[in-house]
This record gives sequence, structure tokens and C-alpha cells, in this order.
Amino acid sequence: MEDALIIGGKVIYNRLFIGTGKFSSFALMRDALEAADPSVVTVALRRVDASSKTDNILDYLPKQCAVMPNTSGARNADEAVRIARLAQASGATNWIKIEVIQDNKYLLPDNLETLKATEILVKEGFIVLPYMSPDLSIARRLVDAGAAAVMPLGSPIGSNRGIKTKELVEIMVREIKIPVIVDAGLGSPSDACECMEMGCAAVLVNTAIAIARDPVNMARAFKDAVSAGRRAYLAGFGSEKNYASPSSPLTGFLRKEDH
Amino acid sequence: MSYYDLYLKYKDLDFEHIFSGFSSADVLAAIDSKKQDTRQLLALLSPLAENYLEEMAQCAHNLSLQYFGKTIQLYTPMYLSNYCDNQCGYCGFNHNNQVSRRKLTLEEVEKEASVISSTGLEHILILTGESQAMSPLSYIKDCLRILKKYFSSISIEIYALTESEYAELIASGVDGLTLYQETYDQRVYSMVHKGGPKKDYLFRLGAPERAAKNGIRNVNIGVLLGLNDWRKEVFFMGLHAKYLQDNFSSVEIGASIPRLKAHLGDFKIPSEVSDQNMAQIITALRIFLPRLGISLSTREPAKLREDLLPLGITRISAGSSTKVGGHAVAADESFNLAQFEIADLRNVEEVKAMLTLKGYQPVLKDWMLI
Repeated sequence: MEDALIIGGKVIYNRLFIGTGKFSSFALMRDALEAADPSVVTVALRRVDASSKTDNILDYLPKQCAVMPNTSGARNADEAVRIARLAQASGATNWIKIEVIQDNKYLLPDNLETLKATEILVKEGFIVLPYMSPDLSIARRLVDAGAAAVMPLGSPIGSNRGIKTKELVEIMVREIKIPVIVDAGLGSPSDACECMEMGCAAVLVNTAIAIARDPVNMARAFKDAVSAGRRAYLAGFGSEKNYASPSSPLTGFLRKEDH
Repeated sequence: MSYYDLYLKYKDLDFEHIFSGFSSADVLAAIDSKKQDTRQLLALLSPLAENYLEEMAQCAHNLSLQYFGKTIQLYTPMYLSNYCDNQCGYCGFNHNNQVSRRKLTLEEVEKEASVISSTGLEHILILTGESQAMSPLSYIKDCLRILKKYFSSISIEIYALTESEYAELIASGVDGLTLYQETYDQRVYSMVHKGGPKKDYLFRLGAPERAAKNGIRNVNIGVLLGLNDWRKEVFFMGLHAKYLQDNFSSVEIGASIPRLKAHLGDFKIPSEVSDQNMAQIITALRIFLPRLGISLSTREPAKLREDLLPLGITRISAGSSTKVGGHAVAADESFNLAQFEIADLRNVEEVKAMLTLKGYQPVLKDWMLI
């Protein structure tokens, strides 16, 4: 069975997206990426040094994966738009992950500025994937604005705390008709698996892989977990029961033979 | 409310009394706490916490990995001019020191920038002494026009400015401010800053807020360790950093912990700070403010810098020179005085190799002019 995700016309086979920050070296990052074989990786434009002969992160990305630049460092819509345009000018892609963060303490996104940037960039022809706090009404507005997917956070960036926003993301998965991709906070492969079982279209992981003792094997483990979670979602779960069948039912008196 | 108001609230705190009241349980609770209150910071800086340095280090290391990953950002200082009207007892560029003075011409700025840029560094920190005649704002702006061609990020470490002056420099391409209060103790401040505009404690204390209000991206504060009891100084710096984080959430806040070195003149270091104290300072700051950038300069020797890295350092300088034109145009001038002596003489390539060996990615570029 073919189960590909399509975003912006691109067929995505591996639903594990990977972020490229925080690795101890570009070489190790490359090894981890090769192990997980992602279809999409995201790169902070602020970290790309195209002039460097030895330290250009783009040279370490596997050829087959699509590079989605992100607007890390943007504090408002205007800065995000400017970074997106720079990314487009410097590379060959019109994909952009919008990240607008005004809050340096918790690194939580600013949904309103994110929406503004999305509206502008979609009109300019970008394939826009906005990173957001899970909020149904903003997600709907992002859909109306033409976002290609929405990327709600599982918990704060880098926190490895898992899918703390589960209830809200579940609602988004039910209601939003474009792909819902959980981005940020996933700490273990089981977190990623849980998101996929919930019906998320994909997950994006960075810190949990980058700061693992063995990033290559952790990348592999996430890949397996994402694939298992997706398979389980497609297989369909049997309904869960929170109750057993009691031997002395409280409604027994309603049965015929009692009369 | 400015930081000074907060400072006044705590300035007469009886540190000795509070420190002596802490139990081991208090210190351990402070290591685990996310409260970010003054009691947590005081417990982490207390003499008793020295018994729990390993626990503090483990916690600080994990927080650093979580928030910054296995990366260390590199930068280098570039001295533009050492003409100075200030009389800071601890500084080689003290107005009263009979040393030859130098100021880079714009051609020299270009040469210096080109040499630094060829090492791959993208983050530059420009410094000048305080002299309205020799290094006025117009000169800094002339330099910025050149530096923008070579670097992705430009920070300034110059005299304190007014709000509109900060706005002007930010519009000209500056994205970071480094400005050390040196000491938060007003009495000590006035003793070591004997003359010149820097004597104005309040004008300096308010400078980070003025830059933050005008949308600068990074603010880096600092105390000159050795001028006064470090536990008190780091406490007030920690509070200052938290104040800035709380009030200017879109600005990245960092702290530096330069340790005084002997230099030209007869200045005696009033309050020595040991290597162990340095470890406590870094870990306490990291635990108190997990998102705080912490810089370590080449004032510290190579081995110690490497040992302190995993405790919470996020930024180090490399290939430094504290001479005006020291990277290229005047490196060999024997009369050219360094502001302070550098202990880690390694060039950018050597520092990068060290970081790689230690399991850290050297980050040379982490911003761009947008």
C-alpha cells in the first residue's frame, strides 16, 4: 500500500522530519540523517554560511532530502518574511518553515505574527509550514491563508517532554484538513509513535536526536517509531474500554427474569 | 521600573546572614528548582553550595545541552581605538596611563576586517575607549559601513549611549550590545572609576535597558570578577539578567564573567576569584537562567576554558587580540599596548579543532543582516 504524504506537490515517504541544530558536528549530523533517511530536513538560515568552504551545513545534507529553510531568529512577521526571502534568494527552494518567537525564555511561538507572515509569504508563492502553539482557530486561519501544513508544538523546543499538548493536537488532527505535523518537544521515539498513532501526518525532531549519546541510532529509532505509529494508525485501533463486565450488574433489575 | 529600582530593593541584603542560614537540603532544592527566585540564586552562590559543585555541574551541563545543544559560538574582539577619557583603575587604556594611543583609519579597519574574516569568523565584537574626540558615534558608523561587508553579526563594546544613539547604531547594522557594569556596588564603582564619563554609575546601569528598548537582538552584561566579593556581584548580575529577560523577552540575554588580571599600573586585585569559584559562578548562572548565554574570553588559559565549557558556556572568543589593530595592521608594533593580557593564544583553527575534539560544533555564523 502506498502511503505517501504530499505537501506542496512533493511526495514524502518518510514522515520523520529532522532539524539540523545542536549536533556536535556536521559529520555526525550527516551520519544521523543518513541513518534516518528523512524526506525533509529543516535548516536555520541564520546558521547557513554559504561562503565557507569547510563549514557549510548544506554540504552535509543527504542529496535525496528536501531542505526546508526556517526563519529561526525572527521576532515578528516582518523579520520572518525578510528571512524567507533571503532563503529563497540563496537557495533553490520555495519551502519555508515559519518560526516567529518573541519569547526567548520558553521559545514559544507568536501565533499572530506567524499568521501574518504566512499570509504574506503564501501570496509570494512560498510553500509555507508554520510552527505554532496548538490553537484550532489560528490553525483554521492558517489554512485559509494557504499554509501547506500546520506544525503545532508538542512541548517547548528542546524540552524533550513529549506530547504535552495532546488534547489540543488531537482536536486539530480531527478538524484541520491539511497535514498536522508535531514539531518540538518530542523526547523519545515513543512520543513520536504516539503522535503518529493519533493521526498526525508527520513529526519533526531535532534535540532528542542531536543530544543523544548515540545520535545515529537514536535517529534510526525515531524512524522506526514513526513508521510503526503510522502503520498502527492506518491499521485502525479496536475501541478501548475503560470498564469490565460486572458479575452483579447494577441494572440487573431491569432484566425480564427479575419480574 | 528600571533595574536600579530592583537593585535598591536588594542592595542592603545581609548576605552573610542569609548564606549561613542555608542547609544542604536548601542547596539541593535550589539545584532542582525552576522558581528563578532570589532565594534559589543565593543558595546556588552560597559557600555551602561548594560542597555540591558536582551536582550543580551535572545539572548545568544537562540544561546547556537541552537549550543550546552540543554547540559553542565563536567570536573575536576587534579594537578600533584606545583613546580614552576614563580613569578606570583596572584598565590598560586608563586615561592616566602614559602609553602610546592608536586609532584605526578606515583603510586599516578594512584590512583588519578582511584578515579576521578570512579565518571564517562571522561574529565580530568591536571595541573602543571612550573619547568623544577620537571615537565619536560618527566614527563607529563609518566603521560599521565597512564591517557589514565582512561579518554576519556585529556587536559593540563601547561607551554607554543614549536611547536614540542606540537606535542609530541598530539601524546602522549593530545587533548586539556588550556592556559590563564591572561592579554593581556603587561605592566600589565610584572608587575604581576615578574620572571620566564612565563615573556615572546610573547612566551605565541603564544602558542595557536603553538598547533593549530599541530592539537590539542581543545584550551581554558582565561583572569584572575581582573588584569586589564575587558572590554579591554575581547575585546582582544574575538579577539584572533575569530583569532583562523578563522585561525584554525578544532580546537574547547573555553574561560574561571576565576575571581581573594584573596589567600596567599599580592596581591590586581586591578580591581574588579561584578556578573553583569560576565553576560555581557558571553553574549557578546556568541553573538559575537556563536560556542565558554565557561567554568566556581568552583572559582564561586554554586548559581551564576547556574544562569550564561543559558547565554552561555558550560562547567563546578565539584568535583574540586586545591591541588596536592587533589582528593585522599593528600586530607587531611593540609600543602598542594590549588592554589586558591574553592567556589563550590559540588561533581560530586551533580553537575549532579543540571544540571538535571535545564534542562541540563550533558555530561561526548564527545570524545575518536581514
